Amino acid sequence: MKRSTPATLVAVSLLIIAGLLVAGCTDTQETPGDAVTLNVFTAASLTGAFTDIGKAFEAENENIKVVFVFSGSQDLRTQIEHGADADIFVSANMKHMNTLKDSGFMVDDTVAQFVENCLIMVTPADNPAGIEGLADLAEPGVKLVIGTKDVPFGDYTRQLLDNMAADPEYGEEYRDAVMANVISEETAVTSVMPKLTLGEADASFVYKSDISKDDRDKLKRFEIPSKYITENPIYPIGVLAESTHKAEAESFIAFVRGPAGSDILTDYGFDPIPVEN
Amino acid sequence: MIFTLLVAVLLSLFLLFVTIPVASLFLRIAPEAFIRSLTEPVVLDALSLSLVTATISTVIVVIFGTPLALANARYDYPGRDIVDTLTDLPIVLPPAVAGIALLMAFGRRGVVGQYLDLFGIHIAFTTVAVILAQVFVASPFYIRQAKASFEAVDRLYEDAARTLGASPWTVAFRVTIPLAWGGLISGAILSFARALGEFGATIMFAGNYQGRTQTMPLAIYTTMQGDLDAAISLAIILVVISFAVIATVKVVTRRKF
Repeated sequence: MKRSTPATLVAVSLLIIAGLLVAGCTDTQETPGDAVTLNVFTAASLTGAFTDIGKAFEAENENIKVVFVFSGSQDLRTQIEHGADADIFVSANMKHMNTLKDSGFMVDDTVAQFVENCLIMVTPADNPAGIEGLADLAEPGVKLVIGTKDVPFGDYTRQLLDNMAADPEYGEEYRDAVMANVISEETAVTSVMPKLTLGEADASFVYKSDISKDDRDKLKRFEIPSKYITENPIYPIGVLAESTHKAEAESFIAFVRGPAGSDILTDYGFDPIPVEN
Repeated sequence: MIFTLLVAVLLSLFLLFVTIPVASLFLRIAPEAFIRSLTEPVVLDALSLSLVTATISTVIVVIFGTPLALANARYDYPGRDIVDTLTDLPIVLPPAVAGIALLMAFGRRGVVGQYLDLFGIHIAFTTVAVILAQVFVASPFYIRQAKASFEAVDRLYEDAARTLGASPWTVAFRVTIPLAWGGLISGAILSFARALGEFGATIMFAGNYQGRTQTMPLAIYTTMQGDLDAAISLAIILVVISFAVIATVKVVTRRKF
């Protein structure tokens, strides 16, 4: 190999630095034409619905561009607490929203509960473990995937199992046997679905809305008796106090809660909560 | 003069870039919180699972990798370049690719897994899957290093042993391997370190279950959702181990055997 001279080294280094400076100075935040970019931090379970809502909203508001960050609510909260640049936070449960509200991250009067969801049990369509109901989950050898205790759908799953354990028909042994069948704990519902559609897992508890249109034929759904449900998951939405585009953010929230948004949400299996007057 | 100055500036900027994040880990947690985290089951389970699986996968890599490295260093056979390329592949493959590939092969509906399933053998989402993922991603680190150290052994010694009547086994175990020892050890340590840090392939292929498949990197990812102290403590442990690994490799490769 040819040895490079100090002169070429300096030249290359200067080029790199110049490149970095140019990149640093270029404003990548705003797109030309005074368009406003809204960063919407959205719970992963709303991925499908909000992607559609975003497109519909952008079609009506040409000067506003909606950029979504989809992840677990807890993860999004951590990102916001550590300074992520968000305009709107959509959480899959009240806990994370309330924590942010209490620490002053939210514009309090914009925070509202806007949809309700419900937990269901799902198996692959061909149902390899032959599951016919909740009772079968305790059979030895059933491969179950659930959420970790810190993510909402995992928390609701544990709540459900606790309620069933309190019922003599199932009892504590049922809960223990089900928990012993867990092969993996996932931090987001998005990593549960492939395990079911690939047939690597036999069953899981997810939200009704988690089943995308594409997956509806690949999965079998089981409703959960309401007596074992303490409360249904409620999703809050709100504007961040640090947002520089509060008016646009509020118009996005109004759109989500308006007829167009509600139709899309219903289509994805959510139950929209009407705006209080 | 300008050159020296420029090098110094670039060097210190880069050093800061590397050290500040690592130092921040230590600054973001009180010593008491760190010690308290060390007694938490999630931390202890992850630590012991990681150490056990990384050790087993390193042993597997050494057992399978040493003959391969020796053969590729000493013999020219048709297709050697292909073997070399294949063994190096996991270094450049993103771990997510390794994860989905392993799942497609050994998952319950996988190319191989569907037949294993007939015998009641399940690999995906077990501790075995953790080890397979680690072997897959960590093996090149040992094999490359081992091959290089075998190539560095002067053939004169092997020829001398052979002319004195030594069998191929004796030549390998009494001459070649002892002469390549330093390189083999450092290769094994690097492979161990890579196995310890494995994340992407593990979470996709082995899942995430405390005490069974939740290794330290997975535990960091999971506890970050709730218990930041535990996540930082695990991260600190991994930093310390990684530092020890590099230091050991430096010492081992410098020493003459």
